Amino acid sequence: MTASTVEATIASRVDAGSGALIGYLPVGFPDLDTSVEAAVALVENGVDIIELGLPYSDPVMDGLAIQAATQAALERGFRLRDGFTALERIRSRVDAPVLVMTYWNPVVQYGVERFASALRDAGGAGLITPDLIPDEAGEWLAVSEEFGLDRVFLAAPSSSAARLQRAVEVSRGFVYAVSTMGITGARADVDAAARGVVSRLRDAGSTSACVGLGISTAEQVRDVLEYADGAIVGSRLVTALAEGGVSAVASAAAELAAGTA
Amino acid sequence: MSLREQVGPYFGSFGGRFVPESLIAALDELDEAYQAARVDPSFAAELAELHRSYTGRPSIVTEARRFAEHAGGSRILLKREDLNHTGSHKINNVLGQALLAKRLGKTRIIAETGAGQHGVASATAAALFGLECVVYMGEVDTERQALNVARMNLLGATVVPVTVGSRTLKDAINEALRDWVANVDTTHYLLGTVAGPHPFPTMVRDFHAVIGTEAREQVLELTGRLPDAVVACVGGGSNAMGIFHAFLDDAEVRLVGSEAAGDGVDTLHHAATISRGRPGVLHGARSLMLQDEDGQTMESHSISAGLDYPGVGPEHAWLAEIGRAEYHGVTDAEAMDALRLLSRTEGIIPAIETAHALHGALLLGRELGPDGTVLVSLSGRGDKDMETAARYFGLLDAAAAGEDS
Repeated sequence: MTASTVEATIASRVDAGSGALIGYLPVGFPDLDTSVEAAVALVENGVDIIELGLPYSDPVMDGLAIQAATQAALERGFRLRDGFTALERIRSRVDAPVLVMTYWNPVVQYGVERFASALRDAGGAGLITPDLIPDEAGEWLAVSEEFGLDRVFLAAPSSSAARLQRAVEVSRGFVYAVSTMGITGARADVDAAARGVVSRLRDAGSTSACVGLGISTAEQVRDVLEYADGAIVGSRLVTALAEGGVSAVASAAAELAAGTA
Repeated sequence: MSLREQVGPYFGSFGGRFVPESLIAALDELDEAYQAARVDPSFAAELAELHRSYTGRPSIVTEARRFAEHAGGSRILLKREDLNHTGSHKINNVLGQALLAKRLGKTRIIAETGAGQHGVASATAAALFGLECVVYMGEVDTERQALNVARMNLLGATVVPVTVGSRTLKDAINEALRDWVANVDTTHYLLGTVAGPHPFPTMVRDFHAVIGTEAREQVLELTGRLPDAVVACVGGGSNAMGIFHAFLDDAEVRLVGSEAAGDGVDTLHHAATISRGRPGVLHGARSLMLQDEDGQTMESHSISAGLDYPGVGPEHAWLAEIGRAEYHGVTDAEAMDALRLLSRTEGIIPAIETAHALHGALLLGRELGPDGTVLVSLSGRGDKDMETAARYFGLLDAAAAGEDS
């Protein structure tokens, strides 16, 4: 299997003395074309890896900012195939790897293998699956292996050592360290728990651990990159897009990227 | 392994734990506490005493003789969960989980509710045990069940209207899950049906299994044999699993679930998840669900808020798959006719949810004829549904006209 470009991207940023900035935006918000422009703007303004979210009717891991955006996308008629179209358009314009973030049911209904094939053909690097734990991921582990796709599982402050070990073993690309016991959304303080999760992931052998949930400022990005390999920002970017369009996303990304300098 | 001995996390290919990693430690902790409680005689004794002196168990069985005349002359036996404290079967599960929450040292419980019955039961248990209680309820439901919101408030609970998504039960569950992810240290999620991630489907079923255990003995004592069929309404499916469980290994007893068919299972307005759903993942488990081609959950429709849910418990999906239980759609109109019939023939006003099972009983009785016996789970009373029923039957207009004259 070829090496993960996500892993390589993160490693090169770590080697350069900092870490990777990973930016989340949902497909289809406020409309398909704008979501493509906004994703491209992320990369043009210093984001290293795109996390492209597929709107889903029951997003239990998401806070209000992302819920509002993905619900608006669904109301505008978002279909899964639009996700692959957007992905292909983004990849034709930027070299940065794109991971797709999706709840598990849409993948099951599309067909796990068919989904993986479409994802690879559209230039996607792999999947972040917030409601799929390694214990339930047998089919995805096999299919992602077959298609050479990354698979990012989550690690929480409450996860046992054995579960962290398993997350490190099965993840490819990076392990998503949940910074706090909670859902997506900007927070004033990124929990000290994040440092603990990353340290325990290191003990479990992880060389690619990125922290997400609650990160919204360059200072928080800088703090996180002191101990982690990447910082994941979502709600801040979605809010910028909702309030000020692509130009606001571009400036928010540039501001956050200052934390990686 | 016998059917009764199934304890999850999987029922065939259904069940499991499809939730964020942040919840796994809490689910493990809950499972462990529950496994310890189920073999602990002091837990069983404490729960049994609560049921005796608080819930009002055992609930009685009432033979519905005049109603039976409309059911082909079969014997129709009603298991009266409507007589429980708070007016439905929901209290069985709530007291069990509240006891567990205390054992786990949790000081706060959260719950979802559709019609408000589970919310009221949860608020009741919280008051009894001195726990803080937050109930998530879709904004649409808080409007159509305002009286139950008042009941929960009076009991000391905080009702949070959910304003995202379809603003109904499924979104209330999403919001409760989000709260639980963030507050799992202090909080127990008191899930109200046999759905959700393991161990909820098994645990909630076990807490309701008292319905079937009592009823099986009561029917044997009354008739000298097992019933030919057991019928219950199915939304998430908690009262149905509760009454089915004791009969799962009695192969000669037909188990029948009445799903909400709304305007009809062939229309777009129904909640008949087993009749018309496909396998998928929703609210933490693989089961059957109403969804579009992309796997987006579809909105369900039923006159009964308690059955208005696009998913169903995984054990029901499995019992349907292996053919041990059968599930049929009952329309709004059929349920409302059955509600009026039971009211007028027996003096018992059932919940609209329960009325779906009563329609099922009428059909089964006609099929079985005078030699048949049908046991019905009379899961709840109709007080909460008076406004809907009065509107449906045009009684409010009639009352208003009477006042004017």
